[in-house]
Amino acid sequence: MDSALATLRLMAAEPSFALAQALTGLASASSLFLVAAGLSIVFGVTRVVNFAHGSFFMVGAYLAVTAIGWLGGGAAGFWGGVVVAVLGVGLLGVLVEVAILRRLYAAPELFQLLATFGVVLVIQDGALFLWGPEDLLGPRAPGLRGAVEIFGQRIPTYDLFLIAVGPVVLVLLWLAFRRTRWGVLVRAATADREMTAALGVDERRLFTGVFALGALLAGLGGALQVPRETANLHMDLNVIAEAFVVVVVGGMGSVVGAYLAALVIGVVHAFGILLFPKLTLVLVFLIMAVVLVIRPAGLLGERGAASRQGAPEAPLRPASARLRWTAAALFAALLALPAVAGGYVLVLAVDVAILALFAASLHLLLGPGGMISFGHAAYFGIGAYGAGLAWKWLAAPMVLGLAVAPLAAGIAGAAFGWLCARASGVYLAMLTLAYAQIAWSVAAQWLAVTGGDNGVLGLWPAPWAASPAAYYYLSLVLCGGGILALRLLVHAPFGQFLRAGRDAPRRAEALGVAVGAQQWLAFIVAGAFAGLAGGLFAYAKGSVFPTYLAIPRSVDGLVMVLLGGVQSLSGPVVGALAYVGLADELARGVALWRLVLGAAIIVLAVAFRRGLAGAVGDAAARP
Amino acid sequence: MLRRAILGFAMCLAATVAVAQEPIRIGEINSYSGMAAFTLPYRNGWTLATEEVNKAGGVLGRKLEVVARDDAARPEDAVRLAAELVTNEKVALLAGTFFSHIGLAVSDYARQHKVLFVASEPLTDALTWEKGHRYAFRLRPSTYMQAAMLAEEAAKLPARRWATVAPNYEYGQSAVAAFKKLLQEKRPDVSFVAEQWPAQGKIDAGATVQAIALARPDAIFNVTFGADLPRFVREGTTRGLFRDRPVVSLLTGEPEYLDPMKDETPEGWIVTGYPWEAIETPEHRAFRDAYRARFNDYPRQGSVVGYVMIKSIAAGIARAGSTDTEKMVDAMGGLKLATPFGPIEFRAIDHQATLGAYVGRTAVRDGKGAMVDWRYADGARYLPDDAAVRAMRPQQ
Repeated sequence: MDSALATLRLMAAEPSFALAQALTGLASASSLFLVAAGLSIVFGVTRVVNFAHGSFFMVGAYLAVTAIGWLGGGAAGFWGGVVVAVLGVGLLGVLVEVAILRRLYAAPELFQLLATFGVVLVIQDGALFLWGPEDLLGPRAPGLRGAVEIFGQRIPTYDLFLIAVGPVVLVLLWLAFRRTRWGVLVRAATADREMTAALGVDERRLFTGVFALGALLAGLGGALQVPRETANLHMDLNVIAEAFVVVVVGGMGSVVGAYLAALVIGVVHAFGILLFPKLTLVLVFLIMAVVLVIRPAGLLGERGAASRQGAPEAPLRPASARLRWTAAALFAALLALPAVAGGYVLVLAVDVAILALFAASLHLLLGPGGMISFGHAAYFGIGAYGAGLAWKWLAAPMVLGLAVAPLAAGIAGAAFGWLCARASGVYLAMLTLAYAQIAWSVAAQWLAVTGGDNGVLGLWPAPWAASPAAYYYLSLVLCGGGILALRLLVHAPFGQFLRAGRDAPRRAEALGVAVGAQQWLAFIVAGAFAGLAGGLFAYAKGSVFPTYLAIPRSVDGLVMVLLGGVQSLSGPVVGALAYVGLADELARGVALWRLVLGAAIIVLAVAFRRGLAGAVGDAAARP
Repeated sequence: MLRRAILGFAMCLAATVAVAQEPIRIGEINSYSGMAAFTLPYRNGWTLATEEVNKAGGVLGRKLEVVARDDAARPEDAVRLAAELVTNEKVALLAGTFFSHIGLAVSDYARQHKVLFVASEPLTDALTWEKGHRYAFRLRPSTYMQAAMLAEEAAKLPARRWATVAPNYEYGQSAVAAFKKLLQEKRPDVSFVAEQWPAQGKIDAGATVQAIALARPDAIFNVTFGADLPRFVREGTTRGLFRDRPVVSLLTGEPEYLDPMKDETPEGWIVTGYPWEAIETPEHRAFRDAYRARFNDYPRQGSVVGYVMIKSIAAGIARAGSTDTEKMVDAMGGLKLATPFGPIEFRAIDHQATLGAYVGRTAVRDGKGAMVDWRYADGARYLPDDAAVRAMRPQQ
């Protein structure tokens, strides 16, 4: 606080500084806007949240560096290189749309998110393969290398150029959508796809065009970053989180909203750095959370259509005798596992059990709840930190730690669920993501309490549970019990109400079901069980780290649920087993394993939407 | 009957020979997919060392074999892979890791399961001090040691008002803390007037540079690296932040971070690093020639780390005369060996190696970044005294 006051005093003594800082913020805002605009347009028209948008941005930067290298120095070489990069990324966009997304427009949002996440993985390894591991520094823009003095402050000319680019692109986009025939058709297809098609418009080509335009803008954003930073392999995920924030704050689909949001975030960030230099990560997500709680559809967004679900499901039936016997036999086999297998198999089995419980808790929200939680790792991590911090600060024994874990995560579920109450569909996904990111930032940056990145170490099981077999039995009992409890809950009235609220919220309300309260309860229950999984995980690994609540862990959970099948209650268990096995094999034996994993996720999202358990169930149901 | 006995005896003999010839396996974990710029040269480094050791007859008559795993920059994966290597692959010891938190996680696994762990790259001071234990050793000079090398140079500057910029995680925070403490010990007149803590990999360079300029410091201590560094350098150069302002910068002289900046390398920064082109000691020349012959590429800092890691392990096992963990741990404490940087010792007191770093100034030579006016700073000279180390390190 003292340093913030001192900074304010310095700024008061030098007012021109505030102007310079504002201009810097505006330049960042323009860069942000270029990326966010494409994302917003693609969503507005196709309703696809494109995770791979950051990858297009990264490819744009790499292509620009390479193309400028080929074309030689000078203004022609530089701007020619930018054009080549932009067109190249546009082509890549066409390829992705035709090959993958075209098949997913009718699918639930979740599969679209996942498929585009698969594209992220594939492009990551592709870029590593093509451009190598080293960061590539491109040239600066000819003629825009220097700085001009404004009231004694040096402002880079390239920043001034960027500040101008944002509004120019905004106006061009507005003209393209409002004043051209193509734009009119795109808007018509956005409003009513079938009717537009019936009038003889090839709406497939329109959508491809829109997606290419979005990719083009991302490529432009990336290419124009070349004078400011190196092309590197971390650009994709770094930019996508911020671009999501901008799009969601602005209102999904609204280009003007995206520009406004980019301005707000760019400028707040520039001044935030001055006053609270340690809070840079939290700041943007705090802005997003505040905006969404006040305006659930963002600054200029319209209240979107209700989230799409897949085909209606058959009513739930109690487990058949065959399934019960299979489960009992499986449980018996699992009890006997330590007798036949040792060491690493048990370690893996503990991982599978924990992740199965984690996936099952997420499934409660995704499946019966019909709510996309894109930040489920938050509860997992908060459970792990609950156990870890109870041990670190209170010297709590393991049993107490394992009790604290679900409690802490359940409280977090209550808090986040309450804050998310008004959101649904993609907004809910983004809001849960924001809360997870805030929790992650706290874990990573509150060094005094959490130990920051170095985490909490030395958290090993109590002596009676220390042997691999003992800890395996403990995990088996707690995770198996948790999964069974979740299953019972889904069959109980609570689960039926939840499903009713998902399938027909108004009818459920009319019948006297408090849908909101049931959904809130689902958040608490799912949070608590995810927390229990996190606590067990902490003791299995002997440590707790911020990565436990990072985005990849949330994605892991989603992949496991989808791999197993959203509509099947045994799906999460099957999914966890398949996923841990696959990831373990790949990470040990394959060099470009992200490429393989990404391709597998894409195939899964495009072709096997009912998941493994669903496929097995279909086979079993056939006469 | 007799035939059967002879056959049985022969089979036993064959089995013993097979055991004797079975390679010594080293379980190696690193962030191959997460930190490719460092880990690929590093992999080359340990490959070269392993081949050299095996060509010379191996260790204890057995060949060395490295079983490498990618932790994808996730500590929980690293711990799982550690268990896999120890229980499935039957490795004799664990080695490697890049990020500090992953190094600490594997180190804690090693403590719990009593396995030798030779950490190569993670720099956190906690690894050998606050969280140090019997089974963990570390090769590279720690954050404290490198900060001490730079504080020594910084104290010679007339600057009194300092600003710091460092990534906002443990590495950046402990580097700034150590630098502050050591510089103020030497120069009580020094004060720190501004601190910037950009998120790692996400620096908002323009705003950060402006914020530092607002405080009008005499000099700057920089800890940012990787993708953040070129952004900071470009914005700082354009906005005139570095004009008449000395910069002291951690790791910037390492080829991994210096090379991407090419002709835009800032001139005259005081840095730690590795001037591979210019070191002409016989040990280093031999290493560099062998590396170039094998990979048709020049060595990076990571190459040296991977190379010396395997050479240290080979020397430790040879000294122990066995792959028994307790014997290897005893042999590693106080182990001395020759490296491309000169002789080093794994100190018995805290298991920190005395491998040093090169301290010099950055310059642009033939359109590329280079280090000039450098000297080798021997790690042994930049460690606190033994009493301070004992106070920090948990005693058994």
